[in-house]
Amino acid sequence: MDYELIVIGGGPAGLAAAYAAWEKGLRRILILERDRELGGILNQCIHNGFGLHRFKEELTGPEYAGRYIEMLKATGVEAKTDTMVLQITQDKCVSFLNPVDGYRTVRAGAVILAMGCRERTRGAISIPGARCSGIFTAGTAQRFLNIEGYLVGKRVVILGSGDIGLIMARRMTLEGAKVLACVELMPYSGGLNRNIVQCLRDYDIPLYLSHTVTDIVGKQRLERVTISAVDADRRPIPGTEQSFDCDTLLLSVGLVPENELSRQMDVEMDRRTNGPVVYENMETGVEGVFACGNVVHVHDLVDFVSEESSRAGEAAARYILEGETAKEPLLTVENGSAVSYTVPQRIRPAGVDKNVKLFFRVNRVFGKAAIRVRAGETQIACFSREHMAPGEMESVTLPKTLLPRGGVLTVSVEEVEA
Amino acid sequence: MDDVIIIGCGVVGAACAYALSRYELNVTVLEAGSDIAAGTTKANSAIIHAGYDPVPGTDMAKMNLEGSNMAGDICRRLDVPYERVGSLVLAFDDADLQCLQTLLKRGQTNGVEGLKLLSGEETRAMEPNVSGQVLGALWAPTAAIINPWEYCLAMAETAVKNGVRLRRNCCVTGIRREQDGFLVTTTRGEFNAKYLINAAGVHADAVHELIGEKEFTICPSRGEYYLLDKCEGQRVRHVIFQCPGKEGKGILVSPTVHGNLIVGPTASPCAPEDVSNTAEGLRQVRERALKSVPTIAFRENIRNFAGVRAASDIPDFIVRESRSVPGFFQAAGICSPGLSAAPSIAKRLTELLARSGLELREKTEYDDSRRRLRFTRLSDGEKNNLIAKDPRFGRVICRCETITEGEIVACLHTPIPPYSINGVKRRVGAGMGRCQGGFCSPRVQEIIARELHMDPVDVMLEEEGSYILTGETKGGGKNGL
Amino acid sequence: MKELICIVCPRGCHLRVDEEKDYRVTGNSCPRGAEYGKNELLHPVRVLTTTVRLEDAAVRRCPVKTRQPIAKELMLRAAKALDAVTVTAPVRCGDVILSDLLGTGVDVVATKDFPKTER
Repeated sequence: MDYELIVIGGGPAGLAAAYAAWEKGLRRILILERDRELGGILNQCIHNGFGLHRFKEELTGPEYAGRYIEMLKATGVEAKTDTMVLQITQDKCVSFLNPVDGYRTVRAGAVILAMGCRERTRGAISIPGARCSGIFTAGTAQRFLNIEGYLVGKRVVILGSGDIGLIMARRMTLEGAKVLACVELMPYSGGLNRNIVQCLRDYDIPLYLSHTVTDIVGKQRLERVTISAVDADRRPIPGTEQSFDCDTLLLSVGLVPENELSRQMDVEMDRRTNGPVVYENMETGVEGVFACGNVVHVHDLVDFVSEESSRAGEAAARYILEGETAKEPLLTVENGSAVSYTVPQRIRPAGVDKNVKLFFRVNRVFGKAAIRVRAGETQIACFSREHMAPGEMESVTLPKTLLPRGGVLTVSVEEVEA
Repeated sequence: MDDVIIIGCGVVGAACAYALSRYELNVTVLEAGSDIAAGTTKANSAIIHAGYDPVPGTDMAKMNLEGSNMAGDICRRLDVPYERVGSLVLAFDDADLQCLQTLLKRGQTNGVEGLKLLSGEETRAMEPNVSGQVLGALWAPTAAIINPWEYCLAMAETAVKNGVRLRRNCCVTGIRREQDGFLVTTTRGEFNAKYLINAAGVHADAVHELIGEKEFTICPSRGEYYLLDKCEGQRVRHVIFQCPGKEGKGILVSPTVHGNLIVGPTASPCAPEDVSNTAEGLRQVRERALKSVPTIAFRENIRNFAGVRAASDIPDFIVRESRSVPGFFQAAGICSPGLSAAPSIAKRLTELLARSGLELREKTEYDDSRRRLRFTRLSDGEKNNLIAKDPRFGRVICRCETITEGEIVACLHTPIPPYSINGVKRRVGAGMGRCQGGFCSPRVQEIIARELHMDPVDVMLEEEGSYILTGETKGGGKNGL
Repeated sequence: MKELICIVCPRGCHLRVDEEKDYRVTGNSCPRGAEYGKNELLHPVRVLTTTVRLEDAAVRRCPVKTRQPIAKELMLRAAKALDAVTVTAPVRCGDVILSDLLGTGVDVVATKDFPKTER
């Protein structure tokens, strides 16, 4: 065995997982990062709003990443940047490629998958129209702007109200571009409310809910986009078209966990999250292979990525130092009404320390609501919320004592009369 | 004075250049676009057809068969991805079964080998994901899938390597007859030649009429496509057609040589360069394709595109000398199966040139080979040897397709280097994957700028004007308003 | 009565601020929310995050922020003012890049480390 633990990805998830594993006693840890530096997408998220939970202060993305990079410097965790992992086998042989080591295969006792996610593209949503230049995912435009120092356009329409799109509306405005509209297919925003306020309203950028882009015109560079209102089934309504003369269309239409390596090694996947099915300790269906962060499910806050990834790191350490978790008894977590996914999908009570935290998202906007957790037909816990939205990740914490010995746990959300 | 000028460097122009490059001739290819293979050649079904479809006796029938037979050898010699996967034409009702009989007979008359009628069960045994409604199919084992733009590039690169000159961004604006040949005026100067070949695709009629009388009209027809992620690439193993109707060969479902699934095309009249997608066209593709293969997961789509067929008002290829302008040879109306027929079209034109007096003397030294380094295909040992020599092969730029910096740098120093992001994409595949260049396009742009000593702001997506960046932040500005 | 969405943290509480009753805030989950609600009506402030030109480092832009929030209406002017600033590596996270931005008394600081590189 070359390493006790290999962490695939040096973004916020990988950094927190490696640090936690070191704290729990592992000493031969390797992080493999494909970019030129550690920190992942945080390096281009130069806005603030990170770290309120984790560090109890408001940090920018690079500052948040910097904290973890500093913490890791004080450990013996090894990191290779500019390194692409090409294959992982079920017996934890990791093949990677970089300019210094060449093509190498190393063996680990445990592996943590922390590859993050990628942006959905124009192709994924099949927007009709010309295929001129000037159409970018918001993250690509953000990288050009914040890291490379280039502006991608001057008159901008944004499709999708995900957080990156909203943040880019403000960033491009501050850099002198005119953002004409933010267009959202759903009747509610996909991003955080605070970003609607401080990125759109602050700069008088209109938000068109229940609208989508229905045509793109441009010979070489984008010249015009047409948007249309959509009906309840999200189909464009003829006659509602309006056009914007613009040179840029930014897409902020969702993120997809980046699981090509997981699929290649036959890790069991969840179709709802597009991530691996995980147990209470973030272990995947392959023993000794853990997963955390956006590769498991797309998070709203990096703080929660760090928290989840610390648990994965601790669990990987426990696996190496103490051996595997007893497989029985086993609980399966399922979606009840209005819940679009839950993580973890499986719970082994033997792996639960005191509490287990269930993460989920709702599939529509709720005012006052009740979250009910049932074991079979019996309600074992109920939590109330003032407001819930699909753009925000929700969680509930269940004490170990409430967990049944096996069977199915269902999480559902219901409206409560005010 | 050149012996021959070829107007247009799509697959037909490239095939002509490749064919003529064997001989002691001065040949120049004039391409209006900033890159070759950038019109119809880059946006089609990427199929080498077996040849049962065209009406017997037509040039289409003869050239389809001959071109298809030549393609395998050319691809082997010039290192072009090509796989003879075979095709199935599905029948869903009695009329379709009747149609299969017709196609079988046509195919046999055209000389297509190995054609066979299959029952519904036999079809599903061969291709388990086709619809349960399928009553039978025509099996054509000689149909192949190919990388169409690399096919064009490989022939053009080999031609250039053997002395053919290529001028890009060189749009022909006028043709005049002179004493001993032609004077061709372009956006980049004047050129003289004894003979001209018109391979201008959707603009072939306009180019012919720069000097000749109207003999044909190009009637551009747009075809829209879906290209699905590699996770759908195994959905079918063969090229799956439906029976041809009045709109051509209909919607096909096929694996690609890159491992994706291609689904399309539609057929609708359009302006010569209108490669937009339409909501209606895309809907038709989905709906009709699901009839053949009901389980296609369109949510795995990574790209839509459209290509324009350069069909003409004559129901056959137009491969002949202009009737009004001797010495001006036409390769026009090259719609499907033009990709399949390209080498045969070039062969015919070479013969016509010879008949009209052009002396063909084979070169004593001719390099009829091409190799492209494909990093992922190397063994582990080969990979390490290469990285030890040049560490840039150890740096992955395109994560989805595992394309290294070394490969991108290498393509920028080939006989026909790319200047644009899409040019690099066509040569090495960077940006072709599921993230569609989201991660790698800034890096590719940086590498192009570095290697070709350009300002990154001047690197285009495709043609002049398709800028990606307006300028530097902090007060810089170059492109756009 | 004004309704606001709190932006001090990602939670996004729905606040109600009563101008008639000394800007009393309800709907907040923490004291910072109450402060935000009142300030937002009286003199709204924001933290500016942007970049400045960077030399002698691996990349050509350095991310920066205002150490404290500045008046909301100054955001565009402040961003523009930073166009003229160039820093040279090495830069440490927290280094003051520009002091007293537009006379606000607020400093602009780097938010990332950049070692010096040979170009």
